[in-house]
Amino acid sequence: MSGPGAVPGGAPAAKVRADQMADGQWHRLHPATPLLRGGIGFIAVLGFVIANLRERLTNMMIGMFGGQEQQPRGPRYDGDPIDQLVNHGLVGWALLVLAVLLLLALAGFYVSWRVHSFRIGDDAVEVRSGILSRRHRNARLDRIQGVNVSRPLFARLFGTAKLEVSVAGQDANVDLAYLGSAVADELRRDILRRASGARIDRAGATAGPRPEDRVAVGAAGPAPSGVVANRLAGLVDEFGGGPFEVEGRPPASVVRIPHGRLIGAIVLHGFTIGLLVIVALLIVTVSLGQYWMLFAVLPGVLGSVGFYGRRFAKSVNFTIADTPDGVRVGFGLLSTTNETLPPGRIHAVEVLQPLLWRPFGWWQIRINTAGHSSQKGAAGQPNTTVLPVGDLVDAGRVLALILPALGDLAAETKPDGNTRGAHPDADADADADAAGGLPAAALAMGSGLVAVGLTGGPGNGYTGAPRRARWLRPFSWQRTGYAVHAGVVLLRSGALWRRLVVVPLARMQSIEVRQGPLRRMLQLASAELHTVEGPVNARLSVIDPDASLRMFAEVAEGAVAWAGTDTSHRWNAHEGLTRRVVGEDGPE
Amino acid sequence: MQADWQRVSPKYVLVVLIGSLVGGVIACAATVFLWLVAGLSWAWLLLIAAAIVTVVLLVVAPRRARAIGYVLRSDDLLFRRGIMFQRFVAVPYGRMQLIDITRGPVGRMLGLADLKFVTAAASTSVAIPGLRDDVAGDLRDRLVQLAESRRAGL
Repeated sequence: MSGPGAVPGGAPAAKVRADQMADGQWHRLHPATPLLRGGIGFIAVLGFVIANLRERLTNMMIGMFGGQEQQPRGPRYDGDPIDQLVNHGLVGWALLVLAVLLLLALAGFYVSWRVHSFRIGDDAVEVRSGILSRRHRNARLDRIQGVNVSRPLFARLFGTAKLEVSVAGQDANVDLAYLGSAVADELRRDILRRASGARIDRAGATAGPRPEDRVAVGAAGPAPSGVVANRLAGLVDEFGGGPFEVEGRPPASVVRIPHGRLIGAIVLHGFTIGLLVIVALLIVTVSLGQYWMLFAVLPGVLGSVGFYGRRFAKSVNFTIADTPDGVRVGFGLLSTTNETLPPGRIHAVEVLQPLLWRPFGWWQIRINTAGHSSQKGAAGQPNTTVLPVGDLVDAGRVLALILPALGDLAAETKPDGNTRGAHPDADADADADAAGGLPAAALAMGSGLVAVGLTGGPGNGYTGAPRRARWLRPFSWQRTGYAVHAGVVLLRSGALWRRLVVVPLARMQSIEVRQGPLRRMLQLASAELHTVEGPVNARLSVIDPDASLRMFAEVAEGAVAWAGTDTSHRWNAHEGLTRRVVGEDGPE
Repeated sequence: MQADWQRVSPKYVLVVLIGSLVGGVIACAATVFLWLVAGLSWAWLLLIAAAIVTVVLLVVAPRRARAIGYVLRSDDLLFRRGIMFQRFVAVPYGRMQLIDITRGPVGRMLGLADLKFVTAAASTSVAIPGLRDDVAGDLRDRLVQLAESRRAGL
């Protein structure tokens, strides 16, 4: 119904506004920002007032609808502040004070909105804020670790979103809260384009509309006239379409997690076992007549519902897709988030299978990145899970997406969003029952090392541990081993809790080999690859000492070689419209 | 592994000795306190244990001080430390984020400094203690120069 480029409302207007915002001048945020930031406070105060007035309100309601029989006045609650006010005839003054406070608050919010501004230049994002103490924060674009657009529920009602630029470092993120929803997405794309090193010629610009701007027949109908109708239509789009609908064509998600699998995965957790044990104990003690445990433990048990609820809310509607600007990970039901990780920001990858998931063949993938958005992920950690739960096919697809180095897959084309790695359609599923569930393409990844790393037995390309490692790792000593291939190091471990850690050599910080007295007695050693902070530990717990020294030498050389030639963090630098001399300050 | 490890200054032995001594004295004082003042009659066993540990630490201090070494290879820094818990670390120069030089109280009296090579990974922990002041300064300048010439992204 709409041809290419003829988009009702939405995309080009947002693009124009985003271009205006990214022109190197200072701009302000969305006008509703002060309310969104301080809104929670208002609701809290309102709640308090209503709670105190509850009795009077109910009396009033009964008086209005209940009819003639007047309830007796009821017991006087002498401590009630509202009663005190009424008794002393101070109602008028109280209302006046409230009104003044309200005005002051509004004035404060307005002033803070006015002084809060941001600027997106060619090299850095800057934010100025603060009334009493001014703060000016500056983040270099080429140091960006990720860009996150999150939409808390409250902000979605106003059609706004929060754009967060993650930089490596504690509390170093640059927040642009809140911006218009579509504008935030456009700005994210713009920021990532600059971070990629592609120079945008201001006048010439990217010729023609980008592929994502072409609107497929989508949810947006012709925009009805009138401001209110527009707002309502915006709300419907916002909530009806899911996380990606504000852009023309949503990038295809590589995996889809059925709700049943997600719930199963959340329930099948060690926490559940503990919970069941406690509930069993509770039942036993209560049946024996001892009620003390009930009072002690029941609130905690009830609180665990919140635990599951949080994990669900953070993993539902999970999408992971490939875009020209990197890997985009999104999740959330009412409050949504999606974060873009530019290439070269993933420092370590871990594919693991908890014991409880083994009968179902589910895997989870976690990564280490240097900068974290403040949006907490499923476990309360900064969001470092790129696949909350998935089968081997999903795991293979996600790995192909985030570790293109391992891709021995066909058609490794220029990243234009669709052809690299992900095959989210029929032919991958068709050959998914090749050898243990991995599609043939993923089996070939890393020359089969990944498949062997996940499910395979001893040897098969991995340098393993000697037999005497039995004493330290009785079950998993055969699987514990390492392999170096195509610029990544693969560490395999675990027989019951299976685990594969992949560390790109270009991102490794240092390598360590250590030997304590216990391992010296057994003539073993252990090795560890250091990367930035995160949930992934790249550790090899048992290895023959000579093999460890060989690994040490090989990995140390490899790290130097790959770090020197890696330019994946400036992934568009060579194809910018303006040629950029790479040698001027070395690979940045 | 390597044959040409650079060692730290011999005066570092004194730092280790004094550190062990002070720590041992404090531990023994704590056990004496427990024994005599707090009235735990079996705490004299703790005192014996603390005294033994202190003596052992004092005896191995020279070996511990000598077991630290570093090598500046062409593209990375090798570091080793420890006798009982041995560790070898290789850090490419380009991974340097910053270099920290600290001087403890005893080190200051003896003219020694500790040099710490900080990368983006907290677990790297390459800390070379007991370097002479001028050696530390030279090493720092050399490392910064090498790191600049091989600067890689994060």
